[in-house]
Amino acid sequence: MRYLPKSNSERRAMLEACGVAHADELFAHLPEAVRLGRPLALDAGISEYEIVQYFRDRAAENANGYASFLGAGVYRHYRPVLVDTVVSRGEFLTSYTPYQAEISQGTLTAIFEFQTMLCQLTGMDVANASMYDGSTAVPEAAMMAVRATGKGRVVIARSVHPEYREVLHTYARHQGMPVAEFGYVPEAGTIDLEDLDRKLDPLTAAVIIQSPNFFGIVDQVKTAAEMAHRRGALLVVVFTEAVSMGIVEPPVDADIVAGELQSFAISPSYGGPYAGILAVKEKLIRQMPGRLVGQSIDTHGKRAFCLTLATREQHIRREKATSNICTNQALIALMATVFMTVYGKEGLRELAAQNLAKAHYLVSKVAPRFCGKFFNEFVARVDGPEDANKALLKKKIIGGVPLGRFYPELADGMLLCATEMNTRAEMDAVAEVLA
Amino acid sequence: MIEKVRHHLSQNEPLLFERSSPGKRAYQLPELDVPAVDPAEALGAENVRAEIAGFPEVSEVEAIRHFTRLSTWNYAIDHGMYPLGSCTMKYNPRINELVARTEALAWAHPYQPEALAQGSMEVMARLEAALAEITGMDAVTLQPAAGAHGELTGILLIRALLQKRGNPRRKILIPDSAHGTNPATAAIAGYAVENIKSSESGVLDVAALEQLVTDDVAALMVTNPNTLGVFEENIIHAAEILHAKGAMLYMDGANMNALVGIARPGDFGVDVMHLNLHKTFSTPHGGGGPGAGPVAVKAPFEPFLPAPRLKRSGKRWTYDYKRKHSIGRVKAFYGNFGVLVRALAYILAHGGAGLRNATVDAVLNAVYIRKKLEPYYDLPYPSPNMHEVVFSDERQARHGVRTGDLAKRLIDYGFHPYTVSFPLIVHGALMIEPTETEGKMEIDQFVDAMISIAREAEADPQLVKSAPHGTRTSRVDEVAAARKPVLRWKPA
Repeated sequence: MRYLPKSNSERRAMLEACGVAHADELFAHLPEAVRLGRPLALDAGISEYEIVQYFRDRAAENANGYASFLGAGVYRHYRPVLVDTVVSRGEFLTSYTPYQAEISQGTLTAIFEFQTMLCQLTGMDVANASMYDGSTAVPEAAMMAVRATGKGRVVIARSVHPEYREVLHTYARHQGMPVAEFGYVPEAGTIDLEDLDRKLDPLTAAVIIQSPNFFGIVDQVKTAAEMAHRRGALLVVVFTEAVSMGIVEPPVDADIVAGELQSFAISPSYGGPYAGILAVKEKLIRQMPGRLVGQSIDTHGKRAFCLTLATREQHIRREKATSNICTNQALIALMATVFMTVYGKEGLRELAAQNLAKAHYLVSKVAPRFCGKFFNEFVARVDGPEDANKALLKKKIIGGVPLGRFYPELADGMLLCATEMNTRAEMDAVAEVLA
Repeated sequence: MIEKVRHHLSQNEPLLFERSSPGKRAYQLPELDVPAVDPAEALGAENVRAEIAGFPEVSEVEAIRHFTRLSTWNYAIDHGMYPLGSCTMKYNPRINELVARTEALAWAHPYQPEALAQGSMEVMARLEAALAEITGMDAVTLQPAAGAHGELTGILLIRALLQKRGNPRRKILIPDSAHGTNPATAAIAGYAVENIKSSESGVLDVAALEQLVTDDVAALMVTNPNTLGVFEENIIHAAEILHAKGAMLYMDGANMNALVGIARPGDFGVDVMHLNLHKTFSTPHGGGGPGAGPVAVKAPFEPFLPAPRLKRSGKRWTYDYKRKHSIGRVKAFYGNFGVLVRALAYILAHGGAGLRNATVDAVLNAVYIRKKLEPYYDLPYPSPNMHEVVFSDERQARHGVRTGDLAKRLIDYGFHPYTVSFPLIVHGALMIEPTETEGKMEIDQFVDAMISIAREAEADPQLVKSAPHGTRTSRVDEVAAARKPVLRWKPA
């Protein structure tokens, strides 16, 4: 087999050195009852060429050559070529978590840059080296708030991504962490402050909102922060569309920012792998889950980086750790780092401005459901969104997400997203069907 | 004598922020084909941000040089053996990278219509089936993002089933040789942790287990082979003890590389387990992730698996969201699909017989290393080992040289260190896992390096204690880093 580097004679020599006549003897100590007495019922191994063909065939069964207006937490943005060039380097691709700092300075330095750029983007003081994704960053943020405040319950806006809320409920159910949801204003699509006020009590550890929210609307971070802080709760701001931070005011009033970086050159890849992020105010550093890279010096006094504050983590603190997370999304975070480098200060703004312009062109041709200010996605009012999508598919266009599945009251809502990848012609075609 | 490496120049490189200068660009966007909008009007003036202070401004050439230079400061599997115990650092086949980038797979949106995602769904269904066959379990969920996430999913499944039977119970038993993620997971799932001391031979103490399993115990979390690389010979008996009291057997599949094609957890009493696709199934570690942590279960747990589940409907795959007993979602969408593609490509390449051959070579390499190094390093547990072997630094410690020092000296010989000071039941542990993708020459060079270092530890302990000497960065002051954390760059 091509991945096994030994010749048969080498194998024999090694077995001999082990004092073993046949390889099966290496397993002689296993009790008879545990042994699989037959070959695995899997097909025989295939060549590289056949593997390529297998996946090409599967890809042919997916959408090919369609324009798409799907967003809802996963966005189609152009991926600069440099991204794959960098992450394909074996030194990044095939290295382990950088515990051995002397021979991991490449990864450590890149993570330090990543942490820095996430702070610059979000307005927070500290960002960790990544979480699995945006959805799992939410319960981690909630648990952090519970530890930091000593209070037990959290309230979350219904305008946070529905699947993120589901993940929070799964984590919370078994920890005695009650979760209450509060609504959105039916006209504006922004958080319902009165409902929040009703649900916020002195036992609330965190208020969790998303901005731009699931409907694409830039939400009321400042007001939510004031309300949360008045009751002694922390404000967690979730984001799913990282490109928005190129132009939208960052959630500086939040205590914790929990987000998803998929927009930063991470392929949609049918839902993962992506990279989540937690960024916090200074006072919360020691409650933070996940890895952190810190700056130090080596014995020659030269600047060097290493993993730090590990006493928060499971391999040291075991059941008292801030989280059970071990493996994170380092290579995906590196993709985001290269993306941020390629676009840089001017580019991220220009990219965000293009997204803003595209979505506002599209909205001018359809009927928006909400009046709130939005970035690059919005809810359109559509009679029978499923039927409209079927009509669009005939034009080789995948329409937006029909919202009835997540919000029964928005059964006439379609969440449409337009990015720099969508052309005017595509948008005109959508408008024709939806108008 | 250091034979594997010699010095060469490596480039210095500042941080991106130090390299930036205003107005530099590495991008160009297409001309906007719709009217530009005024951000203040579209977003509201108060919602428009000022420029991102400090954000990088570099050219394309500088960007690629920056990351290329950084990359040369890393050690990687592509450079050589990476014998981290319990981490299974095996070769990452490049074909897997290629197929994961197949356009209609890589650009598939999780909400695109099922009819236009049949290929992706088929990939997941095929992987689920293959993993079920490999583990001997009845059903598999691919949703968890990594090993620890799989553990959490698995323990929540156990909790849900016990709850349905009337009582979720209070405790999880964990051997003292376990990975730190196990107790951390149990705690997050709402359980108290009770440690079990390993027996004198380093395996599960069945007598102690019998004492500890009460009606209050939900499960035992066990790694098999354990972190000493030793197969838990009493595993079937342990399962019987647990099951007799209505408790479950959870297996951490971190060491599955010792078992694939040889023995199946489903055949030795395991109820729920996770796999680390980034270990056993060769998906790249990428400097710390991404991984994937599928969970495999016996039939009684199937109704509780995270929603949605893949379901065959006629000639099509579809998703079943209506699962009233499900523990709920553990992650948005369906799992780390890109990682799943790579793992399936690995399984297809090997095939059933090939996977078993890989296991045999993995064990052969570890047994060979043990034979060669036994005369030089203390072997605290002489039981037969499988895919990894754990020595202690007892002999070298007499000269003041500890496992961490030996590990750093290994760097000078051109190898990544083994896992240091783990498992905790071995004082001064050296945990070595070569994997099957090392050839005899690389292994022999490793053995020679370890023998040479053992000699140095006696003859010149200071040389070892101050290692590494050949790296561009010498030992990093980790204490200072933690005392006064500097976690981001700031302008001077």
